[in-house]
Amino acid sequence: MDVLILARLQFAITTIYHFLFVPITLGLTIFVAILETLYVKTNDEKYKKMTKFWGKLFLINFAIGVVTGIVQEFQFGMNWSEYSRFMGDIFGAPLAIEALLAFFMESTFIGLWIFGWDKLSKKLHLFAMWMVAIGSNLSAFWILVANSFMQQPVGYEIANGRAEMVDFTALLTNGHVWVQFPHVFFVGMTTAAFFVMGISAWHFLKKSKNQEMYQSSFRIASVYGSIGIVLLILQGHYQGQYMAKIQPMKMAAAEALWDTEDPAAFSLFTVGDETKREDVFAIKIPGLLSFMTHNSFAGPVKGINNLQKEYEQKYGPGDYVPPVAISYWMFRIMVGAGMLMLVLALFAMYKSIKDDFNFSPLLLKVFFWALLLPHIASASGWIFTEVARQPWIVFGLFQTKDAVSNTVPAGNVLFSLISYTLIYALLLTATVFLWKKYAKAGIDAPKPENENLESVISKA
Amino acid sequence: MDLNIIWFILIAVLFIGFFFLEGFDYGVGILLPFIAKDDKSRRQVINTIGPHWDGNEVWLITAGGASFAAFPHWYATMFSGFYLALVIMLLALIGRGVAFEYRSKHDSQSWRNMWDWVIFIGSFIPALLWGVALANLIRGVPIDAEMNYTGSFFTLLNPFGLIGGLTTLFIFTFHGGLFLGLKLSGDLLSKVKAANNKIWLPATIILFAFVIYGYFDTDMFSSLGVNPGVEPIFAGISILAVKLFLYKKRDGWAFVMSSLAIVLSTITVFMGLFPRVMVSSLNPDWSLTIYNASSTPYTLEIMSWVALIFVPFVLGYQAWSYWVFRKRITDKTELEY
Repeated sequence: MDVLILARLQFAITTIYHFLFVPITLGLTIFVAILETLYVKTNDEKYKKMTKFWGKLFLINFAIGVVTGIVQEFQFGMNWSEYSRFMGDIFGAPLAIEALLAFFMESTFIGLWIFGWDKLSKKLHLFAMWMVAIGSNLSAFWILVANSFMQQPVGYEIANGRAEMVDFTALLTNGHVWVQFPHVFFVGMTTAAFFVMGISAWHFLKKSKNQEMYQSSFRIASVYGSIGIVLLILQGHYQGQYMAKIQPMKMAAAEALWDTEDPAAFSLFTVGDETKREDVFAIKIPGLLSFMTHNSFAGPVKGINNLQKEYEQKYGPGDYVPPVAISYWMFRIMVGAGMLMLVLALFAMYKSIKDDFNFSPLLLKVFFWALLLPHIASASGWIFTEVARQPWIVFGLFQTKDAVSNTVPAGNVLFSLISYTLIYALLLTATVFLWKKYAKAGIDAPKPENENLESVISKA
Repeated sequence: MDLNIIWFILIAVLFIGFFFLEGFDYGVGILLPFIAKDDKSRRQVINTIGPHWDGNEVWLITAGGASFAAFPHWYATMFSGFYLALVIMLLALIGRGVAFEYRSKHDSQSWRNMWDWVIFIGSFIPALLWGVALANLIRGVPIDAEMNYTGSFFTLLNPFGLIGGLTTLFIFTFHGGLFLGLKLSGDLLSKVKAANNKIWLPATIILFAFVIYGYFDTDMFSSLGVNPGVEPIFAGISILAVKLFLYKKRDGWAFVMSSLAIVLSTITVFMGLFPRVMVSSLNPDWSLTIYNASSTPYTLEIMSWVALIFVPFVLGYQAWSYWVFRKRITDKTELEY
């Protein structure tokens, strides 16, 4: 296998894996901070116990999010050195700012939070948690400033064989940042809410002690998650229109729209032939794609073949069509999972606000397993947004095939790919093991005491 | 002074901060299985760095990010060139970070033993590899006219690189021991002190060996202005002074001296490099410098403002965090897991 494929596979695996944990951190830090705020405001021990319980589950997740993030930062230089040379003047800045503004903040305050329960005043301790929450979400902002440039380059000029920054504020006011960051922020809320609702539902099912605290958690999470998913979907609609404007090819691939249509039909289900670029079988709703793009049932939506011709004129000969089937299906999985979450979250909110926690066992199981839905949606969403930008790594400026390190032997990349995958699999096993253990032990469980381990550990 | 020089200094400062801070927490990780034999004392040792190790590690991440932003060719050449060494280091750091969080979350002896060894290996490997990397930066590695590294992993394992690795390994371990000398109490403290007295001699010998080897094998010292330079001499004096302060039972000063030794040694390396960031062993003209590897003046200026505004905050809250956890850990300390 060649370096390019291995490096791309490695980026996909390590990023998707990293992003299993990131949204939990983004949303759960805020959720835990809200619980602790309730504790400080009301002085009700119940909220302290809830803070500690969800906080513990959050910490199990946090550690792995941090360490897998280091791999991400190093990977650009290791596997994508030509990209780093071409883009360093622009891409390095948000990354460095992310570390300086966000990573220092989360890492320092998380230490204060974990170890500071009896060393800080209640208010300072709460302050530490909010700083972690703000730090985590700030880090999402800065990395998305970097990613947004890859989707929609702004504030640059091409000089000395690379992209050079000419306007830093343009990077920050890039329209793409302001559709992508809210998207990820709402994803964080939704992911954390389904995490909390799923584990609470499991405790409803098992009729564990402290039911009222799981109900309280479930209720807060259902409101939190409903806000998250409703805003996510509304914003997602706007984001789709934005995408159709800046990367029409991405929209065309998402819809497997081969030729420009006016009005354009929305595909519910298409089996297509990617080489011939035609439908084999398709169910379509007339006019709906035009509506999604223009808020009106008339209006053209550009097709893949037309865009290919347009790009050939603009960028020279080449294949500018991304893998259509992956784009099409990933987009549908993301949207489908999102719609399912919308229904579940609203239903949960409706019930829990009425203080009605009588769910059928089947429904509780559904809520438990629904904690996977946000992760499925996130993974497919990222695959879609990165794959459907191909062949570009930076849209319109730089192609993926030119970005890979040209001096690293394929064997080295294969070695790192295998090692990361193995260690990530082992860590996932350990993480799930600990999650199960602590989620099962429940709220107000005795601290894992160590009396039985006080005896001498085998001679090291 | 132009912005390129300022950013060279800033990155040097980030590495100095990283080696000073993460230096002792690598040391604590390396000493962990040897000085603490039962679970409670292991937890005490880990809790000396528990609130801090993550923040310390961010110094490295920021140094990486800053080199990407300010000197992208340095970042690209070094990270793709030192590929396998970095993979091994990343695997070590992944295991180490998770281990701190996971080891106490399950009360089985084999589980905790396993994670304690992950902490040891995860501290040992980076402590060794950083010295190898620094030594090679200054000694020179094969870099061609296109700024590409043409060597392999084994190119880095030359005698000077290996002595550099042993130097950071020993110095960090010693530095960690001195840090523990300030944070522990009781039996554990006496064990640490005994260990410190033993590690001092080999650590000092290896540091001097590195300096002397470097004197003949690199141009580091001739580029310091005064040959051999004030900084390495004071670094040497500092490491000797540690012994004196240990003997006088002034543990705080002993730690200050080992910190100084690390800070001054790192300054020596960076001053020796200047204005280069990576030396080419093939042709001096192919070395990466703060000019041919840099970003545009515009980006450097933006980054300078960002650093000027935010670095004081970072230093402030990190210092506060050390202040909050300034007390020694004793048998009576409530241990957070």
